[in-house]
Amino acid sequence: MADNILVMENITKVYPNGFVANKNVNFSVKKGEIHALVGENGAGKSTLMKILFGVETSDTGRILLNGNEIKIDSPSGAIKYGIGMVHQHFMLAPSLTVAENMVMGIEPKKFCFIDFEKAIKMTQDVAKKYNFDIDPKAYVKDLPVGVKQKIEILKALLRGAQILILDEPTAVLTPQETSELFIQLKKLKEQGHTIIFISHKLREIKEICDRITILRNGRAVGEAEVSELSEQDISNKMVGRDVILKVEKEHATPQESVLKIRNLTVINQFGKESLKNVSFDVRKGQIFGIAGVEGNGQSEIAETVTGLRSHSKGLIEIKGVNIEKHTIRDIRNLKVSHVPEDRMTYGIAGEISIKDNIISDRYFKNEYNKHGMQDTKKINEEVDQCIKEYLVKCSGREQPIRMLSGGNIQKVVVAREFSSSPDLAVVNQPTRGIDVGATEFVRKRIVELRDEGTAVILISADLNEVMELSDSLIVMYDGEISAYFPDSKNVTEHELGEYMLGIKKMSPEEIGDAIYEK
Amino acid sequence: MKNKQVLTSKTIENRFEVFRVVVAIAIAIAVALLLIFFTSKQPFEALYWFLLGPLKSLRNFGNVVQLFIPLTFAGLSIAVMFQCNQFNMAAEGAFFLGGLGAAIVAVKMTLPMGVHPVVAILVGAVLGAIVCAIPGIFKVKWGANEVVSSLMLNYIMLFLGTYVLQYVLLDPSAGYPASNQFPSTATLSVIIPKTGIHAGIILVAFLVVLVYLFMYKTKWGYAIRITGQNEKFAKYSGVGVGSTIILSQLVGGALAGAGGATQVLGMYTRFSWTSLPGYGFDGIIISILAKNNPAYVPLAAFFLAYLRIGADIMSRKTDIAPEVVAIVQALIILLVAAKMFLDKYKHRLIVKNSQEQLLQKEGA
Amino acid sequence: MQNIISTIFSASFLFSILRLTTPILLAALAALITDRAGVMNIGLEGIMLCSALAGVVGSAYTQNAFLGLLFAMFIGSLLGVIMAYCALNLKTDIILTGIAINLFASGGTVFILYSICKDKGMSTSLASLTLPSIDIPLIKDIPFLGTIFSGHNFLTYIAFLSVIVIWALLYKTPLGLRIRVVGENPNAAESVGINVRKTQYYVLIISGILASLGGAYMSMGYMDKFARDMVAGRGFIALAAEALGTGTPLGVMGSSLIFGAADALASNLQVLRVPVQFIQMIPYLLTIVGLIVYSISKSRQIKKIYLQK
Repeated sequence: MADNILVMENITKVYPNGFVANKNVNFSVKKGEIHALVGENGAGKSTLMKILFGVETSDTGRILLNGNEIKIDSPSGAIKYGIGMVHQHFMLAPSLTVAENMVMGIEPKKFCFIDFEKAIKMTQDVAKKYNFDIDPKAYVKDLPVGVKQKIEILKALLRGAQILILDEPTAVLTPQETSELFIQLKKLKEQGHTIIFISHKLREIKEICDRITILRNGRAVGEAEVSELSEQDISNKMVGRDVILKVEKEHATPQESVLKIRNLTVINQFGKESLKNVSFDVRKGQIFGIAGVEGNGQSEIAETVTGLRSHSKGLIEIKGVNIEKHTIRDIRNLKVSHVPEDRMTYGIAGEISIKDNIISDRYFKNEYNKHGMQDTKKINEEVDQCIKEYLVKCSGREQPIRMLSGGNIQKVVVAREFSSSPDLAVVNQPTRGIDVGATEFVRKRIVELRDEGTAVILISADLNEVMELSDSLIVMYDGEISAYFPDSKNVTEHELGEYMLGIKKMSPEEIGDAIYEK
Repeated sequence: MKNKQVLTSKTIENRFEVFRVVVAIAIAIAVALLLIFFTSKQPFEALYWFLLGPLKSLRNFGNVVQLFIPLTFAGLSIAVMFQCNQFNMAAEGAFFLGGLGAAIVAVKMTLPMGVHPVVAILVGAVLGAIVCAIPGIFKVKWGANEVVSSLMLNYIMLFLGTYVLQYVLLDPSAGYPASNQFPSTATLSVIIPKTGIHAGIILVAFLVVLVYLFMYKTKWGYAIRITGQNEKFAKYSGVGVGSTIILSQLVGGALAGAGGATQVLGMYTRFSWTSLPGYGFDGIIISILAKNNPAYVPLAAFFLAYLRIGADIMSRKTDIAPEVVAIVQALIILLVAAKMFLDKYKHRLIVKNSQEQLLQKEGA
Repeated sequence: MQNIISTIFSASFLFSILRLTTPILLAALAALITDRAGVMNIGLEGIMLCSALAGVVGSAYTQNAFLGLLFAMFIGSLLGVIMAYCALNLKTDIILTGIAINLFASGGTVFILYSICKDKGMSTSLASLTLPSIDIPLIKDIPFLGTIFSGHNFLTYIAFLSVIVIWALLYKTPLGLRIRVVGENPNAAESVGINVRKTQYYVLIISGILASLGGAYMSMGYMDKFARDMVAGRGFIALAAEALGTGTPLGVMGSSLIFGAADALASNLQVLRVPVQFIQMIPYLLTIVGLIVYSISKSRQIKKIYLQK
């Protein structure tokens, strides 16, 4: 029985805005194993690894390496302890060669110059040792994604990493490259390295990992040998609900289609299809949920429908109008609203007042302008009304919005997007990172909006939310619809989990029912 | 129960910002005063003239107001452009070209009194708008960095101007490189006798109000502001970001061009600028002090004008060069624009205040 | 027409190109390394001006030209440190920091000049020294080429040698590698423990020293005294040369030569009908064109990746 090479004991981390990222997490890894760390987005895995790699510090708890307590205060500190991190977003300088990227920070020297021959040799040696095939003289910008990742791994190994943390490594790889990666990982294991494999792709975890730790809502909810668990078991633990949320909701009476999507395909900046041939309808007076682990195409749907992103193939029609050449304002003029996933980047401008944040979608309209100037009285009245209706806790409409709590900021965003009585509302992760009170309020408003006749697309990685609020829902996996449930009351969370994690997939006929008007 | 006045976080921040600016100015002036003290043989006299000189005579004070006019134009121009988060320095070239354009209208066109200067200033404004829009268009269309392109454009405008001066406007009888004399129909007359303050003051006062209203009370100003605050947010809300950026540059350029025109017609009888006048860069300090708010620009412009004239007077009466003001200006930029200046102190204040707020709540 | 050709290809004309390029080249190299590290130094004009004065004052008081040069370099590096502190610690925007330095220099140098010499225009009262010109043995005797390449001021040779030095620094030393990484992807640098701030400090100090050499050249080589505003925008021209120089020391040398040539041409072509101003404009127009071409090609590159599949 191998010893624990790494133990993270009783780790708690609370961010300044009050969000509890990790709560009393215990995480231990045995020497020479490939250990999977799984959990949905927001479950706490990235925070835990940030603490391990020295990017964040925990509030409580300690880290033990080979039984000795250590303090990690920076990435270089972690590297010294033999902990290497392969980030999801590559930490490479594209205009430099492979060898230069490999040795940066630890450059071999000849007098005061870099010894390039030695650098190349170092690269070749470590590549040979671990059986990677790379050209030290190639420029990183010319290399495919799979090779770039190999360089990242080698970078860590060159610096003496005994423990390698791989953050969602297969997210950007083709199936071919994934197989290659797994062969490398097995070899690394043979040579005594320990690997922490962060992922939510259960098939891959079953294929390559020895043990698994499951995080949910900031806590560790399970630790076991991978062989002892089926994919269903893992999925249950990952996506189970701690508390069943019941939402007071009348039965929906959806009418005609407001949004028609046919064969929508989107290619991302890596050249990969992030949406593949997606088709569905959303109807008036309906909450259409889109469930799925983040990164499976949901955001692309939200972005293409609202105009933030252009699509390469397919048809998007809103109320019968093809929006291909439409600007964002054109789309908004079709009475489409968007509660964005990243509220701080897109949803608000932090330094300006609540008032200025609320009127950003309507300030130009004639009803708010009199003789070229803004009708301050009307605007103030409307903004005050929004603040009152949406219970925004603030000191007044002129207060800079960044002073509000996360929940109140989201209420302002929702106030803006819902108060325009939209015909179609695209709501993406509406309650992520906000307090309970605001969460309840926002969900209630979503239902009210639907009752007023709006077609609502609800994208959420929160199972509670998407199951309880949606009338119908689809599940996105790997850029495609993997399931369609016309009545969300007829599905259990375990079932949903299986579709979310790619364990099951419906037939094309069943998915085809998502299209209302043939 | 004694209710101690607990301030909202916003009030603390506002008050702190004012405090920070005051401290920065105080440090800058203190440094200047020290320099004067240690390099002058008549330190107290020098300080006296520096700080109080502008108040000693009507003429002196008039000089302050005279300088206040182009500085306000420049401050307004930069304020609008910076509010859109564009580091466009072409205000300098716009100012210059505006002056040149006004000179051409003054010398080459015959128009009745009252109409002549209006046309000249309008022409100046249009030329200025075009100059400043160019880097904006390059940025929007091709993503070209506006700092470098605007600096280059300033020089191109300068050479264009000196060419026009030398080959089109030159009055060979003048004795120095200058255009023909402006006809009296074109110049801006002095409106307050014995002070030298010309009609441009009325125009600039009017523009301060207009620009303030434009930035804070119209939909175009609103679009400029939110684009400057968070371009992604503006785009997501449906604002046409590219056209808004160009609009901000057009307006800023027009203000700079009008400023150049006003300056030439109000302070000179011939066009004789052979180098860039420098107001464009002064506008940057003014806008920083005014936090890019048109309403505060006159205050900052007056402050800078007072300092400069004070230094001028000091240099005439004593042995100190007026350029000491440049040192003050530089320090002010460095300190006021430094986000971390007194940052730790600000945090302490805010923490202390929230603790007091908490105590109050618990006590109530 | 015959006249121009014979003028342009005369040895003395080509000699003057090298002479005029010197300060621009030094400042452009300074701009280059700061640009590569992501902390563009636009305060070069100001540093050059301050160093010009420092060189004059230093050499006058020590009666040693090289000590004067050393003093100028010291001032240049000091200004580099101040800029780094303001931009990196106090977090004043790097562009504004550069503007502030320029403002400080334009007024501050006159102020100091006046308090030392009681003259606001020139430092004639100071017995400042100049740096020597070097007649390179053997080369100076080569016809035509000898007239072009020999007999330049010591700093001119330093300037062109600096191209090699900076090239070696950027591409062959550990610091240079870190500079390039910090500028291209600071996150990558931090992830391997490279101290981004320290690297940027070094870069600003080195750029201060390079700029100071350019400034010292103005007052101790190009001219033999300090005059107010004597740098006359060369610090800004250097920015243009850097922008046009494709981000490499060799490219920067090429574009600096173009500016030097334009400067030489301007004074020589006054005999022609072509107004001098249009000649003077050429380098600036070139820079804008170059900037646009560069930006278009960059945005095309991004579009290409999107359309690849």
